[in-house]
Amino acid sequence: MAVNDTLEGTRKIIEEAEAQRPNLHPLAPTVNDFNQELTTLNLGPTHPATHGIFQNILQMDGERIISGVPTIGYIHRAFEKIAERRPFYQITPLTDRMNYCSSPINNMGWHMTVEKLLGVTVPKRAQYMRVILMELARITDHLICNGILGVDTGAFTGFLYLMDEREKVYEIYEEVSGARLTTNMGRVGGMERDFTPVAIQKLRAWLKSFPAVMREFEKMFNRNRIFMDRVVDVGGISAERALNYGFTGPNLRAAGVDYDVRVMNPYSSYQDFDFEIPVGTKGDTYDRFMVRNEEIWQSLRIIEQALENLPEGPYHADAPHFYLPPKQAVYQNMEALIYHFKIIMGEIDAPVGEVYHSVEGGNGELGFYLVSDGGRTPYRLHFRRPCFIYYQAYTEMVVGQTLSDAIVTLSSMNVIAGELDA
Amino acid sequence: MADPTVESPDAQETAAELDPAAQKNKQLLDLLYRLFGQDAFTDVEEPYGFLTATTTREKIHDIIAGLQQDQELQLNFLTTMCGMHFPERKDQELGMVYMLHSLVHNVRLRLKIFFPIGDPHVPTLTELYSAANWMEREAFDFYGIIAVGHPNLIRILNVEDMDYHPMRKQYALEDGTREDKTDLFFGR
Repeated sequence: MAVNDTLEGTRKIIEEAEAQRPNLHPLAPTVNDFNQELTTLNLGPTHPATHGIFQNILQMDGERIISGVPTIGYIHRAFEKIAERRPFYQITPLTDRMNYCSSPINNMGWHMTVEKLLGVTVPKRAQYMRVILMELARITDHLICNGILGVDTGAFTGFLYLMDEREKVYEIYEEVSGARLTTNMGRVGGMERDFTPVAIQKLRAWLKSFPAVMREFEKMFNRNRIFMDRVVDVGGISAERALNYGFTGPNLRAAGVDYDVRVMNPYSSYQDFDFEIPVGTKGDTYDRFMVRNEEIWQSLRIIEQALENLPEGPYHADAPHFYLPPKQAVYQNMEALIYHFKIIMGEIDAPVGEVYHSVEGGNGELGFYLVSDGGRTPYRLHFRRPCFIYYQAYTEMVVGQTLSDAIVTLSSMNVIAGELDA
Repeated sequence: MADPTVESPDAQETAAELDPAAQKNKQLLDLLYRLFGQDAFTDVEEPYGFLTATTTREKIHDIIAGLQQDQELQLNFLTTMCGMHFPERKDQELGMVYMLHSLVHNVRLRLKIFFPIGDPHVPTLTELYSAANWMEREAFDFYGIIAVGHPNLIRILNVEDMDYHPMRKQYALEDGTREDKTDLFFGR
């Protein structure tokens, strides 16, 4: 591997320099004596640069990493076990807390899984609304990742301006669902309410103001000499290794594989939109940064198209057995009261079957494998969490590099502790 | 309930032939039978268009290795794998589910194996897929499924001194003896 060659090269230079000064002093240790003095460094669990609670015990030769042992599970909350005791609609808040930088994608992915099991078809308007919200979530996810990569390389300014934009997106979430970070957005069968005029107005205003900020951010970083020196050829992975490690999402695309669930298995009417999949070549930190930036532009394109062509019609499916009726109707309408009671008390059984549904999350293929035995809760629910699967490659990616490279590599992989540990 | 929109069986068959996803599944199933023989698979079904088959733990490693090498459909991406527990199935209590994906042809395969809880050994896939490492550790952590040949089979998400495998069905979610949280409707 190239990084190990660098390590060997450095060793060789040091040894040659050592050979120039033989028998310096009988008491002076040789460089080889120093080389055997490896340091053990605990990177984490609560290190400001890990952006989450996970530990790496690194063995260091000076600044270089010789080997690493990752320890995860610090915020494991047993979501798969909890889900076995909860009715479907109560599992949505659990999905919020996996990748909390893009909760709406997790929410919609879960709703679509249940809809697939139940055979419910969601109306076009709800699908377009979901696309808008999922793409907003993807943008906020990538904004955080790229903004923090800037902070980790010493540039705080970009992050500050991007957080301002994220705040505006969170205000749109607030207008749509009432929540900001853990959104619990939408329902099985559609959305819980239509976009309000204020939500549309905020969305349009943001779509108008955001491109200028994003362009400014790109101008600050894309060709910045200092930034490029820190990230180009750092933490690279080949396409072959990335596939073997189960990479998906921007990290895989940075290595040059154009796999995107939105295109390969379109869900929620993604086939209606015109967008491109950016790919990198080397899979290094710079490629990951650039791929995420470009995906933000493509997400903007999708949102604009969806908003432009937002169909009229109902915002939820006609599935009274699973879609909670409006609260007002519960007080005035007998059927609504009955269904409300049945749904809340979990008296409606789901069909027997097993279903796998995956969506393109902020970090890659977010899959839900749901086994139903016909009861009110899943018999088994397994989350395919992209972070969990690709984070195991981290050690291989940083061995032979310096500690500062390890920090930017971790940052650009966008490992979210909530999704890692579930 | 009679549904007038349901088509006749003949029409359904034709539709299945025209559907590209169903065709790919058929092609994959043909390939599986050709490479590993029809006896290797039982319970072949397509729930929601996802080809699913059950095989045995003696054959699973060869099947996944063979599919990884196969040039025709190129099922060489391990999407995920996870453990399962069915306490009422005698001598088939524990299970392991493998999901493979061909990124070139966009066809997916789900393979399952079942084995007795007293002998929870499966072959490891770590030398085929690096991604299998943590997935097998997760299955060990939560179900006690031992991947034979795994380089570092220790708990991954739970604490190391835990002495049981918490996703097995005999462990209720909450301590059944708690009296401070009584809720008759939800069975506490």
